[in-house]
Amino acid sequence: MNQWEVVIGIETHAQLATVSKIFSGAATAFGAEPNSQACAVDLALPGVLPVLNKKAVECAIRFGLAIGAEVAQKSVFARKNYFYPDLPKGYQISQMDLPVVVGGAITLQVGQGDKAYEKVVRLTRAHLEEDAGKSLHEDFHGKSGIDLNRAGTPLLEIVSEPDMRSSDEAVAYAKALHALVRWIGICDGNMQEGSFRCDANVSVRPKGQAEFGTRREIKNLNSFRFLKEAIDFEVQWQINEIEEGRKIQQATVLFDPESGETRMMRSKEDAHDYRYFPDPDLLPLIISGDWIERVRGELPELPVQKRERFVSDLGLSTYDATTLTASQEISDYFEAVVSVAGKASAKPCANWVMVDLAARLNKDGLEILSSPVSAPQLGGLIQRIADNTISNNIAKKVFESLWNGEGATADEIIEKQGLKQITDSGAIESLVDEVLAANPGNVAEFKAGKEKAFNALVGQVMKAAKGKANPQQVNDLLRQKLAG
Amino acid sequence: MINASLKQLSQALAAKQISSVELTQLFLDRINRFNPTLNAFVTVDADKSLAAARAADARIAAGTAGLLTGIPIAQKDIFCAEGWLTTCGSKMLSNFVSPYDATVIRKMEAEAGLVSLGKTNMDEFAMGSSNETSFFGPVRNPWDQARVPGGSSGGSAAAVAARLAPAATGTDTGGSIRQPAALCNLTGLKPTYGVVSRYGMIAFASSLDQAGPMAASAEDCALLLNSMAGYDERDSTSLERPVEDYSRDLDKPLSGLRIGLPKEFFGEGCDAEVMAAVRAAIAEYEKLGATTVEVSLPNSHLSVPAYYVIAPAEASSNLSRFDGVRYGFRAEDYGNLDDMYMKSRAQGFGAEVKRRILIGTYVLSHGYYDAYYLQAQRIRRLIANDFVEAFKHCDVIMGPTSPSTAFKLGEKAADPVQMYLSDIYTIAVNLAGLPGMSVPCGLAAGLPVGLQLVGNYFAEARLLNVAHRFQQVTDWHLRRPAGLE
Repeated sequence: MNQWEVVIGIETHAQLATVSKIFSGAATAFGAEPNSQACAVDLALPGVLPVLNKKAVECAIRFGLAIGAEVAQKSVFARKNYFYPDLPKGYQISQMDLPVVVGGAITLQVGQGDKAYEKVVRLTRAHLEEDAGKSLHEDFHGKSGIDLNRAGTPLLEIVSEPDMRSSDEAVAYAKALHALVRWIGICDGNMQEGSFRCDANVSVRPKGQAEFGTRREIKNLNSFRFLKEAIDFEVQWQINEIEEGRKIQQATVLFDPESGETRMMRSKEDAHDYRYFPDPDLLPLIISGDWIERVRGELPELPVQKRERFVSDLGLSTYDATTLTASQEISDYFEAVVSVAGKASAKPCANWVMVDLAARLNKDGLEILSSPVSAPQLGGLIQRIADNTISNNIAKKVFESLWNGEGATADEIIEKQGLKQITDSGAIESLVDEVLAANPGNVAEFKAGKEKAFNALVGQVMKAAKGKANPQQVNDLLRQKLAG
Repeated sequence: MINASLKQLSQALAAKQISSVELTQLFLDRINRFNPTLNAFVTVDADKSLAAARAADARIAAGTAGLLTGIPIAQKDIFCAEGWLTTCGSKMLSNFVSPYDATVIRKMEAEAGLVSLGKTNMDEFAMGSSNETSFFGPVRNPWDQARVPGGSSGGSAAAVAARLAPAATGTDTGGSIRQPAALCNLTGLKPTYGVVSRYGMIAFASSLDQAGPMAASAEDCALLLNSMAGYDERDSTSLERPVEDYSRDLDKPLSGLRIGLPKEFFGEGCDAEVMAAVRAAIAEYEKLGATTVEVSLPNSHLSVPAYYVIAPAEASSNLSRFDGVRYGFRAEDYGNLDDMYMKSRAQGFGAEVKRRILIGTYVLSHGYYDAYYLQAQRIRRLIANDFVEAFKHCDVIMGPTSPSTAFKLGEKAADPVQMYLSDIYTIAVNLAGLPGMSVPCGLAAGLPVGLQLVGNYFAEARLLNVAHRFQQVTDWHLRRPAGLE
C-alpha cells in the first residue's frame, strides 16, 4: 500500500432546486404518483420541443460564481443518444463541447484537529443536463414499469480534476461540495432522494510516477459512507490486481453496499457511442455580463468569504473558521451565538459550538438545526462566563440543564439552581479560613514546598463553596494567607 | 365555390351566401368522391369537421369571425391535432391519436376559425419527394393519376389541386412544399426558418423543417400565412418579431425589381420544357418592369450532399423516440427489451426512413462526425454566404422549382439518388433558412411547371407580392386538372 498513490476524480450530479423541469413546465417535486408529473414534453410525444428553464441557468451561474469559475458567455446543449425505456426521447439533452461553467476550485479541510490540513480541489467544468426517468422492476409480473416524474429534472453535473489522493479527501470534497450547493440554494442536497449523487473515478499508480494509472468509474454513490467504502475497496482491489501481475482495464463499476464490493457494469469495449451533436431544437445559451452581475448581487456571503471574515474580524484561527463554515447551518448558528455573546467572546463561542455543542449533538444523533439549545440560549450562557457570573465548569452544568429544557435561559437556570459565582471576597475569605483551620496537614505540606498540597486546599474551598466560588479569588486569597 | 379563392369564400360566408357547414359539406362530398382514387387524405372525420364548421358559423353569426373563419382546409398529417389520428405517414404512428394541438393547428383552428377537413397523406416522416414512402400508399397526381404528386406534402398538394380542399398546410425540409406545389400547379410558400412555430409538427430535421401554406394563389398563401406565423414561446427556434400582415404588399408594382438568375440553376440537369416555361415567366416579369442579373451560388452543387448528411443526422436522433415504449406501434412478439426495440422499429418504419436513420447514425458516429457532420455544417455556412452575396445584387432569385414535371409512380422509387436530385433547386434554400416559393408558370406536355422564387430573410411579403403580380397577368395558377368536376 505504501508504494501506491491513489488518484481520484469525482463527477457529481446535483439536482437543481427549481420548481419546474429544465425543458418543460412540469413540476419537479419528489414522491408524487408515478407519471403524474410528466407533461407532453417529458413524455416525448411526437412534435414537442424543449424550452430552457432560466432558473436552472441561474443555478449554474450561482455555482460558477461560488467556485470562482468562468461562466461561459456561450454554451451549447447537445444530444446524447442512447435507447433506454426511462429516456423517452432516446436522447438526453446535456452539454458536451461548450459547458456553462469552466474551471474554478473548492478549498476544503481534510481530517480533524492537529491532523487537519487544507486541500484545494480544482474543478474541470460543470454543465446543465436533464435527468432520466426511473425504471421500476418490481410488482409488474415480469414486466418493468416506467415512472417519468424525474425525467427532465434539471441537473448540474460537476466534474472535478483528479486532484484527490485518498478516500478521506474524496469524502471531504464531496461534503464541501454538498455544503456549497445547499449554501447557495441550488440543490436541496437530499442524498436519499438522489438529489446529490457522486461517481468516483479511481486509479492507482506507483508513488513518484507522473502518468495516471488506468481508471475505473464507480457509479451512483448516494452517501458519503458508500463513497468512502467503495473507494477503499476499489483501491485495494486495483492494487491487488496489479501486484498479481494483471492490468487494470478501463471500466464502469457499481458498488454493492451489502457486500461492500465493487463489481463490473461494463467494460470500455461495451461503452456506448453516444453520437453527441448540438441540439437543433435549442439555440446556444448566451449569458450576458449583466445577467451574471445580477446573479452575483443575489448571492449570499459565500463560505470562503465568511471564513476570511471570521479570521480577520473575529480573530479565529483558520482551522476554526473553516470548521465553522463547513455548512450554512453551522455558520448561521455560530453567528447567532456571537451576536448575543459579543465579538469579544468569539473564540469561546467557536469552542462551544465546535466542541461542547458538537459532542452533545453527536451523542444524541442530532443535526445543529434541531439542537435543543438554541443559539441565543448558548450566547446567553457564554455571556455569563465572560462576566464571571459562572465558571466554565458550572457553565457545563447550565448547558446540560438548557439541553434538558429545565429553563428558558442560562440566567433563569443560574438563578433557580443558585449557581451564581461567589465573588464577595468576605464570603470567600471566611471559607478559606475555615478550610485552612480544618486542614493543618495540607498547610504543613505546602509550607514544606509541596505545590500539590495547594491544589488540594483549592479543591477543599471550591467544595465548601459548592463550586461557585470564583477560582481566581480563591487562589489569590489562599496564597495571601499561606504566605502570611 | 369549389374553385373560389379564400377571399371569395370569406366574402360569401360573411354575406351568408353559404354557411361554413354547407361549404365544409361540399368539400367533404368531393373528398368522398375523389379520395378513393387520389388517396390524398389519410384521415377524414366529418363529424369533427362539421362540428368545427358549426362553431365557425356561430362566430360568423356573433360577428366575432376573422377573415378565414369557416373556411375549410386540409392539414398535413405531420401536425399533431387533438383527438385526430396523427400518423406522419408511418405505420409507427398508425394508431397515434394526439392528445394535443400543434401551435399551427391551434392558431388556424382556435384563433383563425379555419375548419380542418382531415389529415393529408405524406411521405413517411416527410422523407421523400414523391409521396411513395407513405405507409398509407402513394398519392396520385390529379393532373395524371399515373404520376406522383411530389412530396413530401403530396397529399396536401393533390387535395388542393383536385379541389378537395380550398387550401392546405404543408411542411418543407428540403422542398416538401415547393416541389409538390410545382408538380400539382399550386402556389406554395416555405417561410424563413423560425417564422412559423414547429411545436407539434413532428420533427424530421429540426434545423430545416418549416411549415407553410399550399394554395391556388399567392393571395391565398398570404392570408393563410397570416394565420400560421408568429412567435411561439414553446419553440425556442421561433423568432420573436412583430406580427406582420403578409398580404400588405401584394399589389405593389414590380418596376425596378431586380431578379437574380443563378447560373447554377440554368445549366444542365433540367428538362428543356421546364426551362422554357421558366424563361418565359422571367420574360413576363421583365414586361412588368423587372430587370434580371446573373448571380452565382458557387457552392450549390454541394447542397444535396450536405443536406443528406445534416437531415439524416437530425432525423436519426429525432426518430429515436419512436421506440414502442410509450405510444405508437409495438411489435407483437418479442423477447427482451432490445428485441422489442429492434422488432418494433424494423416493422414500424419503412425502407426510406430506415435508410436515413442508418445514414444519420453513421455520420454522427465516433470517428466520422468531423468528416461528415461538421464538414456538412461548414458547407451549410458556405451556401448561406453564397445567398448573402447574391442578394447584394438582386431582390429575388428565380429558377425552376424542380428539374422535371411530375414523374411516373415507381419511376424513381428504386433509385434514391435520382429521387434526391428532384430537390436539387430547393434544398439550398432550407440549408440557408431563406423563404422560398413555387408559383405555377406553365404546362409541359400537359403537366404543371413551377417557378421558384427565393427571397432574403423575412422577405415573405415581398415574395408574395412578386408572385401575386405575376398571377395578375397570367392564368397558369387558374388551370385545373380535368375530370374532377
